Amino acid sequence: MLILKYRTILLAILMTFTHVVMASDLGKTIATQGNSKGATVCIACHGVNGGGQAQAGFPRLAGLNSAYIEKQLHDFTTAERNSAVMTPIAGALSESEIKAVAAYFAKMAPPSPVGKLSNNDKRIKEGKKLAENGNWSNDVPACFACHGTEASGIGAHFPALAGQHAIYIEQQLNAWRNGQRSNDPNQLMKGVALRLNDAEIKAVSAFLASLTMAGN
Amino acid sequence: MFITKKNIKLLLVFGLFVLASWLNLVSAAEKDYQVELPAAPTGTATFLAPSEEHIPNTPFGDAVRYGMSLFNNTQQLRGKYVGNELNCVNCHLDHGKKANSAPLWGAYPMYPAYRKKNDRVNTIDERIQGCFTYSMNGTPPPFGSKELTALVTYHYWLSSGAPIGKALPGRGYPKLAKAKSKPSVSHGKKIFAENCAICHGENGEGTQVNNKYAFPPLWGKDSFNWGAGMHRVNTAASFIKANMPLGKPNSLTEQQAWDVAAFMNSHERPQDPRYKGNVEQTAETFHKHQCFYDKKIDGKLLGKGTK
Repeated sequence: MLILKYRTILLAILMTFTHVVMASDLGKTIATQGNSKGATVCIACHGVNGGGQAQAGFPRLAGLNSAYIEKQLHDFTTAERNSAVMTPIAGALSESEIKAVAAYFAKMAPPSPVGKLSNNDKRIKEGKKLAENGNWSNDVPACFACHGTEASGIGAHFPALAGQHAIYIEQQLNAWRNGQRSNDPNQLMKGVALRLNDAEIKAVSAFLASLTMAGN
Repeated sequence: MFITKKNIKLLLVFGLFVLASWLNLVSAAEKDYQVELPAAPTGTATFLAPSEEHIPNTPFGDAVRYGMSLFNNTQQLRGKYVGNELNCVNCHLDHGKKANSAPLWGAYPMYPAYRKKNDRVNTIDERIQGCFTYSMNGTPPPFGSKELTALVTYHYWLSSGAPIGKALPGRGYPKLAKAKSKPSVSHGKKIFAENCAICHGENGEGTQVNNKYAFPPLWGKDSFNWGAGMHRVNTAASFIKANMPLGKPNSLTEQQAWDVAAFMNSHERPQDPRYKGNVEQTAETFHKHQCFYDKKIDGKLLGKGTK
């Protein structure tokens, strides 16, 4: 009886382990080779190390919460997150492929920020103020209040912004503003984005891009 | 009307009854520490607290900075003066500066204040100590301690330029009109799930990152106790309406704010520190206001406290 129990446990551990290995293999395959059903190679745009491309505004995926990545891939197939590039790719992924590829990028160590700018930069200073303290007289909370200390992310709904590319952050804030993106829970981000002006968006994006994600 | 023996007796009994209830009321008021302040004057808040970059580089400025640091990260005092997982800034948003979120610049100039309730003049130090006893479920830092002095100094500095003894618009939480229908716990539960749970958790447990609370727990052992002002449904409703969810103030209707406040406050939390072994008596003395202490929810009596 006891031996049987141990065997069962051993088998269970082994199965879990194999499952994990298989999932991460699938994730790696999707990321590096695509799935030949319309999902192209992720790393072509998001980088071998998941670092994205700053100038093109392709977001860094390395170290993002896996549930967050999964949600985005689902939302690309709805009207809630419109993207000419991502919608067809996300639509070509199966549920298990989405899970696997999200886990694959989530496990990667976030690369150091490329947008490092001098702390004396006026724009960075303005952005820092907004990110740390918000602008409550206009009901704009601090970015850090929901995206975590140093914008390192909180759970599945508040993604890490530290070290994310400035152009990408700027594009997304504008997407919230013009309704191109509406997949934020309870429309929390839309409300904030609508209260930011262009200069504030540029400043806060530059500052967030210059941060290093905690634990990196 | 004839003066008969019977009538005199009746009159005496009635008189005693009136006297007894009056005495009871007086003693209740005396012991209720966190008495609500009168409502703030209406109008747009115009007072501007000084900006942090203007804190002087002097020993005084050091005290302001230390006070600010304790205010924003009160967990530094966990185990010493703080007994739960909250920080001052959880209920006083924007480092204690935000209008309609009980800003410090609205409170500080109203002290010292004579309170008939305890027949003496109360200082801001005592008021802050009250926060530690109830909202922080801890032990207040003593008078003259560097922590209390720093917090008072931060209050003072944020109030720079505010008139003394004059209630300013934006002080406290804007008082809501009486709820149109009785605040509903079951309606509140639904509103909570849809609007609040994303940060505060499905069971009000808050959200932790690396064992630190990113979003505060709203009930249970790690939250404020049954003596804190926020356990009152009206106080919580006013705070919620004007400030929650973050970035979406005033997005709930007044009734929704009442309902969700009722839901939040109909859960068990740490015992009222004034409790002397009897929920009913504690309720009689300290909880004659809008709250769920000593009330039954789903057949369970609230007010037993949780550790």
